[in-house]
Amino acid sequence: MPIKVLVAKPGLDGHDRGAKIVARALRDAGMEVVYTGLHQTPEMIVNAAIQEDVDVVGVSILSGAHMTIFPKIMTMLAEREVDDIAVVGGGVIQEADIPKLKSIGVREIFNAEASTQQLIDGIERIVAETGRDRSRREAAHSTTSGQAASR
Amino acid sequence: MIAHRVHRDLARAISAVENGVTDYRGALARFTALGSASNDTSASDTSANGTAARKRADVIGITGPPGAGKSTLVDRLIEGVRAAGETVAVIAVDPSSPFTHGAVLGDRVRMQRHAGDPGVFIRSMASRSAGGGLAPATRDAVRLADEAGFDVVIVETVGVGQVELEIVAVADVIVVVTVPALGDGVQAIKAGLTEIADIFVVNMADRPGANASATDLKHMVREGKRDIPVLQTIAQDGTGVPELVAALNAKRDGDDSNAVRAVRFEIVRRARDEAVRAALATLDTPDAAAVLDRVRDHELTRNDAIDALALMLGGTVHAH
Repeated sequence: MPIKVLVAKPGLDGHDRGAKIVARALRDAGMEVVYTGLHQTPEMIVNAAIQEDVDVVGVSILSGAHMTIFPKIMTMLAEREVDDIAVVGGGVIQEADIPKLKSIGVREIFNAEASTQQLIDGIERIVAETGRDRSRREAAHSTTSGQAASR
Repeated sequence: MIAHRVHRDLARAISAVENGVTDYRGALARFTALGSASNDTSASDTSANGTAARKRADVIGITGPPGAGKSTLVDRLIEGVRAAGETVAVIAVDPSSPFTHGAVLGDRVRMQRHAGDPGVFIRSMASRSAGGGLAPATRDAVRLADEAGFDVVIVETVGVGQVELEIVAVADVIVVVTVPALGDGVQAIKAGLTEIADIFVVNMADRPGANASATDLKHMVREGKRDIPVLQTIAQDGTGVPELVAALNAKRDGDDSNAVRAVRFEIVRRARDEAVRAALATLDTPDAAAVLDRVRDHELTRNDAIDALALMLGGTVHAH
């Protein structure tokens, strides 16, 4: 089954050429890419990721706001009890910030020099590592869903 | 209101049926939060006995050619449905590449202002192997959204031509969206798309030719037996949308005359899906791969290869 990826573009900067190139490259690699457009808030990104049930969220940040946006996304995913959607980042992100982002659960940072092929390989590797075999996840979930059924 | 947990579980359930992990019933059983809106009925076949304990979701189909403004119109309809206090799930289908199987799903872009509203669930679906304007799992996704307790389910098809009519099997009310000057009076009476409309919308009605297009459609409608409103909208700014919502509500309250057509269509669709699955499975075999290799190496003509593969499928060979 195809890998499903959300390509998200948070914040106020109006540059989504890179995000669109990424979306097309991932499509050509056989992935299903949900594109949400510009100016996304962390809440919009998290809602879209959950409703679309993607394998990976790719967040493109060029504005320098990554140290506020990524923690918000990771916190909101945790609040929603979603732990099986991998978050990766791209754009302009300082080397020194990468360990900090990884420490809060961001799986990978692809800087501006990364080729689209590196991106494709990286996403395929992450999905394989996560072992997000949907059938297994569904089965594991079913054992707990009985207790968690209250709305 | 729909709980966040239900959003998550509905999304996972749709993935499960989309990826063939389980069928609709299995998905429902696994994600028990979904069934809590109708726990007592979820175990029995409510679709067959027709005695659901609660009101089922009304399913609105939005179809029409690419670029007619379907997504923008859906965005406006979400607004209208929410204003009436109802919850809404949207299933928006975009095409998969027949070559790479990849897809860019961009319908959400036009609906993002509803992304923070827990009364709105939006799911994009790639059409995958299916023709017909929907994805193989769309129908099950609609049923799951119904079970999750949404009042209205809107299904937006792939941009379609005249023969992608799968929406008939899914929707209670079908809106065919067109734009001015797309076709003259002859286009309007062609079979197919125009036959499935419960409501016609001429969108982008501020463009030249809108009145003429609407008039063509009205003439066509007048010759038929059914009452089919022809409306004009400008989805971009919301003009005409209240009238569309009112027309939809009137159709939703009417009798379900589309049901017989939907059942017939679904039976034929399933038979066809089976045949497609069988064909794809055959193509995956080493024998088929060998035939395809020979085509590539100029050892077989295309027609000979097609005949050979058709024989493998157990079908008859048609001369081309």
